[in-house]
Amino acid sequence: MVPFNILVLGCLIYVAILFLVAFLVERRAEAARIGWLRSSVIYTLSLSIYCTAWTFYGAVGYAVRSGLEFMTIYLGPTLVFVGWWWILRKLVRIGRIHRVTSIADLISARYGKSNLLGVIVTVLAVVGITPYIALQLQSVTLSFAVFAAETPGWAQADVKWTALWVATGLALFTVLFGTRNLDANEQHHGVVIAIAVEAVVKLVALLAVGVFVVWMVADGPGDIARKIAESPLSEWRPAAGRWAGLIFLSAAAVLTLPRMFQVMVVENAEERHLAVASWAFPLYLFLMSLFVIPIAVVGLEVLPEGTNPDLFVLSLPLALDQGGLAILAFLGGFSSATSMVIVAAIALATMVSNHVVMPLWLSVVARGGKEPGDVRQLLLRARRLSIAGVLALGYAYYRITGGSEALAAIGLIAFLGLAQVLPALLGGIFWRGATRVGAAAGLLVGFALWLYTLFLPSFGPDVVFSARLLAEGPWGIAWLRPWALFGLEGMDPLLHAMFWSLSLNAIAFFGTSVFTFPSPIERVQGAQFVNVFELQTGARSWRQSAVEAEDLLVMAQRILGRDAAQEFFHAEAEAQGKAGLLPDTTPEFIERLERRLAGSVGAATAHAMVGQIVGGAFVSVEDLMAVANETAQIMEYSSQLEAKSEELSRTARQLREANAKLTDLSVQKDAFLSQISHELRTPMTSIRAFSEILRDGAALDEESRLRFSSIIHDEAIRLTRLLDDLLDLSVLEHGQVTLELGTASLRSLIDRAVMSSASSGAGRDFIIDRDVAAEAIMVTTDIGRLTQVFINIVSNARKYCDAPQPRLTIRVRERRGVVRVDFTDNGSGIPRKSQGLIFEKFARLTDTTKAGGAGLGLAICREIMRNLGGNISYVPGQGGASFRVVFPKVPRS
Amino acid sequence: MDKHVLLIEDEPNIIEAIRFILSREGWKVSAHADGTTALDVIRQARPHLVILDVMLPGQSGFDILQALRSEPGLETLPVLMLTAKGQGRDRDLADRYGASHFMTKPFSNAEMLQEVRHLLGQGA
Repeated sequence: MVPFNILVLGCLIYVAILFLVAFLVERRAEAARIGWLRSSVIYTLSLSIYCTAWTFYGAVGYAVRSGLEFMTIYLGPTLVFVGWWWILRKLVRIGRIHRVTSIADLISARYGKSNLLGVIVTVLAVVGITPYIALQLQSVTLSFAVFAAETPGWAQADVKWTALWVATGLALFTVLFGTRNLDANEQHHGVVIAIAVEAVVKLVALLAVGVFVVWMVADGPGDIARKIAESPLSEWRPAAGRWAGLIFLSAAAVLTLPRMFQVMVVENAEERHLAVASWAFPLYLFLMSLFVIPIAVVGLEVLPEGTNPDLFVLSLPLALDQGGLAILAFLGGFSSATSMVIVAAIALATMVSNHVVMPLWLSVVARGGKEPGDVRQLLLRARRLSIAGVLALGYAYYRITGGSEALAAIGLIAFLGLAQVLPALLGGIFWRGATRVGAAAGLLVGFALWLYTLFLPSFGPDVVFSARLLAEGPWGIAWLRPWALFGLEGMDPLLHAMFWSLSLNAIAFFGTSVFTFPSPIERVQGAQFVNVFELQTGARSWRQSAVEAEDLLVMAQRILGRDAAQEFFHAEAEAQGKAGLLPDTTPEFIERLERRLAGSVGAATAHAMVGQIVGGAFVSVEDLMAVANETAQIMEYSSQLEAKSEELSRTARQLREANAKLTDLSVQKDAFLSQISHELRTPMTSIRAFSEILRDGAALDEESRLRFSSIIHDEAIRLTRLLDDLLDLSVLEHGQVTLELGTASLRSLIDRAVMSSASSGAGRDFIIDRDVAAEAIMVTTDIGRLTQVFINIVSNARKYCDAPQPRLTIRVRERRGVVRVDFTDNGSGIPRKSQGLIFEKFARLTDTTKAGGAGLGLAICREIMRNLGGNISYVPGQGGASFRVVFPKVPRS
Repeated sequence: MDKHVLLIEDEPNIIEAIRFILSREGWKVSAHADGTTALDVIRQARPHLVILDVMLPGQSGFDILQALRSEPGLETLPVLMLTAKGQGRDRDLADRYGASHFMTKPFSNAEMLQEVRHLLGQGA
């Protein structure tokens, strides 16, 4: 006898542990210490969300009603996993290369990044999965009710509310851990580990109940075998059609259910985990099904007649006064339900936000001509709302159907609904001739038939369809009867629906594909998907265009976040052999950028967003020919050749840059000499002219005399400062400088810089925005030199920032011993063409009088940073002038 | 009659020096510091002599000289070029574009006076 309160308490503690586990794992993941957390064991365990409450509790009920038929639900996935080499491996590879975010995204990406298909699959998934989520809520409520029934004082009415509490709790958990990262490829480590824990709990719970039943209630396996032979279960004979049909259906479902796709493809860390899962996952399923029959048989024998067989797993231990075991069984069922709901909600929310919210928002922005703002926040908000929406929908569905019998069959109904994606999915990855129109036709036909023949009638007579319509067909047309379409009578409703929906779906898909022509992007994507193992590169859906890398960077920052976008651009530029943040906008680069973005917002949206910037530079006939040729030549394409030509083009690019640099250098040398001449002669001119005036003893009043001599004095000082700077620069450039190392806090350095530069640009209201807490880093370097660099940058900002309310933001970050300080103002920034110049000697963008220096400041800064083992660079696309100073926290020896 | 000298130069101290030297001789001196609008100013002011610096913000002195020489009515306006770069190349360019005379900074005041006097047609 378990008091209901203790059960509720145990349940809350269990949930708290799950939160804690997810939280700790996310913390570790942030510190990049995940190691074993991404192992093949975890991967396999996470796949177990296939086993929902419907299989945990329902399998026993299923066995009581239809004998061994429950095995089909496990056999289908087993076949798929044993044969992983053919389908799963390809799906996972495509998912990784194309950074697929959901099954809707995969279909949309394959068929020319068509958002229409994304929307169709999303709608199909929401319609099919919502009742499935309701089923999970129902199972939790029912299992609570079993306990509550034995505890006086708990009315059934209270239990009704559990569904609401569970739904709210799950929404909270999913939002917390499912929407921390935007990029689906960054994956949800916390969630995956929590699911793995739940997978262990449900397996242990079911095995424990099984062991209890076989060895404690019965007298071991022999006794069980005898009991089975005596029970009505042994009279069951398999019906070949239904048997094969169900195996096929569950095999299809494991590929197309959004939650399975999420853990199998999106959350996959390494392809080789699949090889382990190919035997480990079937083993898990085998263990889950091992004790189903014994529990069913013993349950029938021990429990009073009329006990719901769907809850035998729970009511058996309760009836035999095994309170602890009952709680364990309860937690097992609870785990099965919650893990399914969490992952399904994440998967559906990703689809809804990427295929419905983003495209809508993009079109609104495009129509309004507005500049897109922070896409990241918008997307995260959309995803959170979608999660809450999906769960609210599931709860509403549960309340409306009132936990009726209609829910019991919903598992298989949902399977068939999602299986409608199968033709488009398999056709998409194995057949290059499959087209967008074909996929849409197949999906729509299948969807409609599924709704008509299975989903809507499943509510029972007179709910959606009247009893008369079900019995006689609409308007009395017999061959349109939902359960006997086209005169096919006497068939099991599920098989009947499966036959018509899948066969007509496949016919529509293949037929329409054959008679329509794919668009250029479809052809490219088709080749990419079908030949994913052969074609690793050479995706060309973009042509070389004059697009500015800076514009792309600005957009990427909005989606990926500042740091991630800059890191990506930097790595790309480096791979091209270029320094700085802006790579050449080659078609390959744009393609990779688009894929990276697709990991956050889905292929269709990413394509549209890149398209907005790159413009009409889509695929041309030439590019298509190239793809066609490439596919034909794969065999002779030696990878060595490819690597070589890539290396050659990289060398060529480097040589070109070196040559340009050398040419520039000789021009620069001349220019430098003439600049020095100019800078020296200008103050000299004033000095000479005024000293001659004074010498010639013209009739001057005292005031003029004083004024002229002070001009001479100022100009002499200017001359000295110039010479100092030149000497300083020359010493720094030739590395003859001795660094005076010292240790100080970064905060004190910045304090000093801000104070010293207060004199320049005086009289203006100048806001300096600092994060003082982050500046508490001790650095060992030449403190004086580094401060000199900071002073230079801050006083430049004071002088040149042209915003009406000038503001300088200083941000500090330390990572792996490297300190990074960003100085960003809110002025109009430095024009693109001048960005490469500012660190050159005498590069002055404005006139002399305003600058008040010879234009050596940033050149000296650059040399200082080089001597300190770091660098200074201009960061484009930050909305103002932005300088980044990077240096080691402690000098490297 | 007062002769008008227009000085196109961006260093305030040099402007002051030249203005002092020339106005002491009774000439009217006005100054303009920006290269881009220099041509308009010359067109409006119609000075007797232009002293033109080479390094100007906006537009170089050579560009201004070229534009000046191709404009009817201004082809013969005396132009004294000033440069602080002091390279032979600048002198060649000044000659090619039709400067009346070329001086390197720093200059001696006496030399400057003599040259201006010469260009204004008052020399010996």
